[in-house]
Amino acid sequence: MTCPVTIRIQEGDFDIAREIALLTDSRTDIGAVVSFSGICRADEDSAKISALTLEHYPGMAEEEIRRHVDEATSRWPLNGVTVIHRVGRFMPGQNIVLVLTASQHRQAAFQAAEFLMDYLKTSAPFWKKEESAAGTGWVEAQARDDEAAARWTKS
Amino acid sequence: MKVKYFAWVRERVGKAEETIEPPPNVRTVEELIAWLSGQGEAYAHAFEKPRVIRTAIDHAHVKSDAAIAGAREIAFFPPMTGG
Repeated sequence: MTCPVTIRIQEGDFDIAREIALLTDSRTDIGAVVSFSGICRADEDSAKISALTLEHYPGMAEEEIRRHVDEATSRWPLNGVTVIHRVGRFMPGQNIVLVLTASQHRQAAFQAAEFLMDYLKTSAPFWKKEESAAGTGWVEAQARDDEAAARWTKS
Repeated sequence: MKVKYFAWVRERVGKAEETIEPPPNVRTVEELIAWLSGQGEAYAHAFEKPRVIRTAIDHAHVKSDAAIAGAREIAFFPPMTGG
């Protein structure tokens, strides 16, 4: 089966409808598309976030995402994958990341999207810096994200 | 070899990248971090908790006991927080 893969790191916004259309147009083998969007939120614990800055490691970020997309396509029967991660400075409400997975049936698409997001959070080289009334600081990695990624390695 | 720093490691070191020539007895990532820590206050601050630091050699994650021989580019950074 054909499984076109798109991986982009960009400053600009993405159009979810357009990205889905790019995956599905002129194809009749796709029965399910799962879309995950990560959005900059204002509330983090008790602090109000005013902005978020995303830094990445150019070159490695694309390669690391590609490695996980390759793993996803070997684990699930996928008919298309799109991963777009934005970098730069964002305000609450703005898009940060998009993962689209297409498959014949929904289960593979759901699972692959979750797998990709779990690994994006823990092993793709991106870092968030938060600005809030309390000051500016780097976001600390969460143990729950490591646990979420680890469950995919269990037998 | 070329070395890159990201996020707070970059801020603490005070530069995004540089070319370094560690002595030949520095063979692993762990030994390189120890050697860098001795290169001044900024480095000592950046690498004060070596266990927290993540390392990539030529764009792939490696563990602290990885050999650095033949590496073109080594990157040091905090645990990742993207997505």
